[in-house]
Formats: sequence, C-alpha cells, structure tokens
Amino acid sequence: MAAPIGNVVIPGDIFSFTQLKSTDDAKKILLGPGLKENDLEIKVIRPGILRYRKPGVYWVDCHHKRYIPSKGESVIGIVNQKVGDIFRVDIGGSEQASLSYLSFEGATKRNRPDVKVGDIIYAKLLVANKDMEPEIVCIDSYGRSSGMGVIRNGGFLFHTSLNLARKLLNPQCILLKTLGNRFQFEITVGINGRVWVKAHSDIQTIAIVNAIVASEYKDNDQIKEMCKRISKAVSRMEVD
Amino acid sequence: MATKQGAQLSKNVLQMKFMQRSVLRMEKEQNEEERQKIIDDEHWALDLPEYKTKESDFLVNQSYSICEELQFGRQSFQGFNPEVEKLMKVQNAEKEAEKTEQKEKEESVGDIEMAKRYSSLMGIIAKKFAKKRQHSALAEDDEGPSKKRAFLKPSDS
Repeated sequence: MAAPIGNVVIPGDIFSFTQLKSTDDAKKILLGPGLKENDLEIKVIRPGILRYRKPGVYWVDCHHKRYIPSKGESVIGIVNQKVGDIFRVDIGGSEQASLSYLSFEGATKRNRPDVKVGDIIYAKLLVANKDMEPEIVCIDSYGRSSGMGVIRNGGFLFHTSLNLARKLLNPQCILLKTLGNRFQFEITVGINGRVWVKAHSDIQTIAIVNAIVASEYKDNDQIKEMCKRISKAVSRMEVD
Repeated sequence: MATKQGAQLSKNVLQMKFMQRSVLRMEKEQNEEERQKIIDDEHWALDLPEYKTKESDFLVNQSYSICEELQFGRQSFQGFNPEVEKLMKVQNAEKEAEKTEQKEKEESVGDIEMAKRYSSLMGIIAKKFAKKRQHSALAEDDEGPSKKRAFLKPSDS
C-alpha cells in the first residue's frame, strides 16, 4: 500500500520505509515537519494532510497559529529588549530569539547598527533547536544583508495563521502577483505568520491587507475575482 | 621529491646559508620517520571488526520553507521598492538556474553514449589538428560522397 498522499493523517499513524519509497525512486527520503523517524518506521506527530513533492519529500500540512522555529526560515520579529550585545526579538515562538548586534551588514564593534526597541526586523533563523533559545541573523553566509534587516518607513504589520503565510509564498499561489498587477506596493512575509505591507495610501494598504486575510480558503480563480472587486472598490474610494 | 633532490645535493651546497631551511626540513622529516617507526613497533591495536555506522535512509528537516519550496519573503510590485525588486530578480534567476541545471542532469548524455559519440567524432577532431595539406587529403577521403548531394524535390502528396 502506498502512503496516503493528500489524505488526512493522525498522530500515531505509522508508515514503513517501503511504503514511502514506493511512490518514487529517490535515494533518500526527506521527512519534513510532522513526521518523525523511529527505528525504520515513520511516525506521524501532527494531525493534518500528508503532502509529497518530488524528489522524495514528505511532510504534514496542518493548521497552525503558533510558530515553531526551525533553522533557515525567514521570519519577521519585533525587537523587545536590548541586553548588552544582543537584542531580544519576539518571533512568535515559545521563546524570544536573540540577535547579535554584529550580525547586521556592515556592522562592526565600533559601527553599531541603528536598532531600537520596537523595530520590525526581517531575519533568518541561524539556530533553532528544540530546547534552546533560537538565534536569528540579518546577514547571509556571505555577509550581505540580502533583504534582511530592520524594516523602516511605516507600513502595516499584521498576524495571520502560518498556513496563510506559507500560501502567500507558495509559487502556485497567484494572490501577490494579481495584487501586484493592480496596486503598487511592497510586502514582507515571515514564515512565522507575520506580514508587513506598505502601499501609497492607507486605503490601498487596508485593501491589500483585507485581500490577504480573506484569501486563506480561496482558490486561484476566486482570488482573481476578489482582486478585481477590490481594485474597483479602491479606485472608486480614491476618486471620492 | 624535494627530499630526493636534497639527498643528491652535495654537503658543500647544503652548508651554504640559503640552504639552511631545507636542511632543517630534511632533518625534521628524518626524525619524523624514525619516530613513526618506533611508534609502529611499540603500538598495539585492538583486533576489532570495523565498526560500521548504518546510514539512515531518511533526512529530517523541520522547515516548511524547504519542503514547499517557498519564495523569497520580500516582494515589491510595480517598482515600489527598487531595492527589493532587484533582490527578487536575483533570487528568481538563481532558482531558474537551479531548475535548468536539474533538467540538464536528467536529460544529459550518459557515459556510454558519450563514448560512442566521441569515437565517431575522432575523425573530425583529427582533421582539425592535421596540417593544411593533410587536411585536404582527409577531406577528400571523407567528403567524397557528400559532394554529390543535390536538391531533392519533395513529393507533392
């Protein structure tokens, strides 16, 4: 029997290696979130839908609101505290992440980055272990910022479910592209369910935020329809 | 190789000032060898079968962004933030390159086929390296029949 891809799985379900292997001929199987290896068996540890992607990647897709930090993910955090050489940043996880003042582009001991309490930060998780404080950085391995760092100049930050944040960044989702055709705006999406939007006017910003929030359970056709309606409404309001 | 050369050098040469460094190095190497010999004789090893760590069939990764191949989190549209748009372009280009590379790997020529191709290519490459006079001789041999090629009218059916 092949693994039930696209079906609901429940914690405690067990798959064998051959079951997962039967769907493709990848050498190694990558177990994503929600799956755990245990003596040649694979246990489901989260309720949700079993997903599969070539080559040999399996994970469980489930509804989340609380973020669980994992290494390499890009998140939006809020600076909460400044303790000596590090900043404490709230990234929505069970514990606050630490951010060294040296892990900004061009930062040296003398040249400290301009970060204040309350700033919004787009950063990448460098360390994310189960029982340890996560650590984030605002530079990549080459020492460049590559889009990370403090997000300034206004805008609007709101929280969504983690699924929606992932949906926005999914290459198959057309929401941002369609909105981008109709409005001139900028968006930053953290995998931790935080989304920052900035557009030219408040009306546009509110419209974009509403479109994003409303799109969680919509498919691509419905999203297109919705974007059309919203842009019409916005243009009418801006004329008034 | 350096040590061999050093061994061939005469004593007088080695006594010169600029040779002092290599003399020291040679001495060091000799000492090392001797020490190694002593260790080999004195040491004893456990006679255990080689311990094999079983390689796991799984890789575990708890990140959704890798599993779902998520896009870069900062996006800007219609030139709102040119900096971010530049970054987007770079990221997209990287992804595209990765994809084409993977495609190429899947569609690329296998070793055996490559060998076959090359064996048939030999004549052509040989021609390239031949001198002009030989070249023309080779060309006469090979391209004799190709000169007879003529236009064939396609049938109307």
